[in-house]
Amino acid sequence: MSVLVLAEKDGNQLKPSTYQAVTAASAWQLPIDLLVYGDNLDAMAAEARQLAGVRRVLLAQAGHFQHPLVEDVLELVLGIANQYTHVLSAHSVFGKSVIPGIAARLDIAPITDVIEIRTPSTYVRPSYAGNILSTIENLEPVQIITVRATAFRACSRDGEAELVTIDAPAVRGTSKWIGEQLTHSERPELNSARVVIAGGRSLGEEFNNLLDPIAERLDAAIGATRACVDAGFAANELQVGQTGTIIAPELYIAVGISGAMQHLAGIKDSKIIVAINHDPDAPIFKHADYGLVADLFTVLPELNTALQQH
Amino acid sequence: MKVLVAVKHTIDHNVKPNIHPDTGLVDIAQVKKAINPFDEISLEEAVRLKERGQVNEIVAVAIGGAEAKDSLRHAYALGVDRALLIETDTPLQPLAVAKLLKAIVTREQPGLIFLGKQAVGEDYGQTGQMLAALLGVGVATFASAIQLKDGQVEVTREVDRGTQTLSLQLPAVVTADLRLNEPRFIKLPNLMMAKKKPIETLVASELNVDLAPRFRVVSASEPQQKPGAIQLANVQELVAKLRQVEVLQ
Repeated sequence: MSVLVLAEKDGNQLKPSTYQAVTAASAWQLPIDLLVYGDNLDAMAAEARQLAGVRRVLLAQAGHFQHPLVEDVLELVLGIANQYTHVLSAHSVFGKSVIPGIAARLDIAPITDVIEIRTPSTYVRPSYAGNILSTIENLEPVQIITVRATAFRACSRDGEAELVTIDAPAVRGTSKWIGEQLTHSERPELNSARVVIAGGRSLGEEFNNLLDPIAERLDAAIGATRACVDAGFAANELQVGQTGTIIAPELYIAVGISGAMQHLAGIKDSKIIVAINHDPDAPIFKHADYGLVADLFTVLPELNTALQQH
Repeated sequence: MKVLVAVKHTIDHNVKPNIHPDTGLVDIAQVKKAINPFDEISLEEAVRLKERGQVNEIVAVAIGGAEAKDSLRHAYALGVDRALLIETDTPLQPLAVAKLLKAIVTREQPGLIFLGKQAVGEDYGQTGQMLAALLGVGVATFASAIQLKDGQVEVTREVDRGTQTLSLQLPAVVTADLRLNEPRFIKLPNLMMAKKKPIETLVASELNVDLAPRFRVVSASEPQQKPGAIQLANVQELVAKLRQVEVLQ
């Protein structure tokens, strides 16, 4: 019995969610193999070997993995799946796109968006937009899951896994990568940041002017509500909530956010929630740990100054 | 070209689910149900492709009891040409749903298959990806823009730090995200007309598909609520508090 964890990379590094996925996989107390795929893995192989708890790093190197496609990774995993009783990936955009297909081809039901592995085949996952936590017993002979990365700590980097090269299957060709429009931000990614500060529509054109300096000081990711994104004040990928990114940082600061259901669904796992709003009756205060009723156009510059002084 | 749109009749997204005191599970038998909003977006996209002359037939398919016909009527009112109900009394899990849809794809031979990125309710988010894998065709999840050209479908999709564009050979499976479009408002006469349209019914258990559940929901609970915010007087108090609880170094 052993576990296959699917790694994901960001440039020449493993994504933080890969470290968190390895921690989740360790709950099974079985040997863990980490599958790393890409077109040029020399730099990353050394990093991958250090993930604590990993027995072997499986390297699949191929030109077409420069921009991995679901169909190609699916074939790669199916080629080695018979060696594993457990398959796990982070519940990232790629993880949730590829894992259900892998499971279906093995005639196995996957469990997605797991936040806790309670027993080797019992999992807790949110449903109904985070309003319900379901405990699921998976009766399948192979356990295939995706985990919400932020629900698990990152594993440490003191491991020394064996490095194994595996063959990449030929290109499937059913889909082709055309291009990407990615925001190159110095800020951490929303789904793995320790601190997130998000703004609502009321920030208007001042969204970046008000939030950027504070985010910089806190090394925070910046988020926005759906209304703020729809109004064009913030980029699409900044949206936090049920229909955007679901976050679980140590500290979440909600600025000018009233607290719509769909937004709350995306933030409720944050450890500490701070709400700043001029309306004392805003629902967000019911879900926050600390509240500050104030005009955000004066309070944000003040916060920036206060953080500077310490 | 034909488009198949899978439609789920599910808990209305405005309804808060309740846990039944006897079973300890979410009770959706009596709650208000509606078409899954992401499926409505899929339908709208199919209708737009038809209006552009790139699609000539739209077939909507739902799986469920007779009540699921409501969502198929909604699909008719939006502009689909045919509606199919795969009837079953037992709630099915995503793998069984994907297998049933595969049977329908084999029968209908659509060039494009649309699904919502997930269904409101259990939020599994699996069916489209499973269907594509079982069919051996390409899949583009979380679509925010779709273009048909030269026998391919070009899909812009929402990824972690922005968007990505893929080109897929047809047939292909595309799952709709929120920003793909805004479904049109349904006019009353269309809804009235939809009531008269035929809904073809197939029986799930007669489609030679393994429908058995693979996992069991053991219990459900509501996440712990916070007791409410401690109100602070000013920014200095806030910063002091955050240092005290050690979220600020």
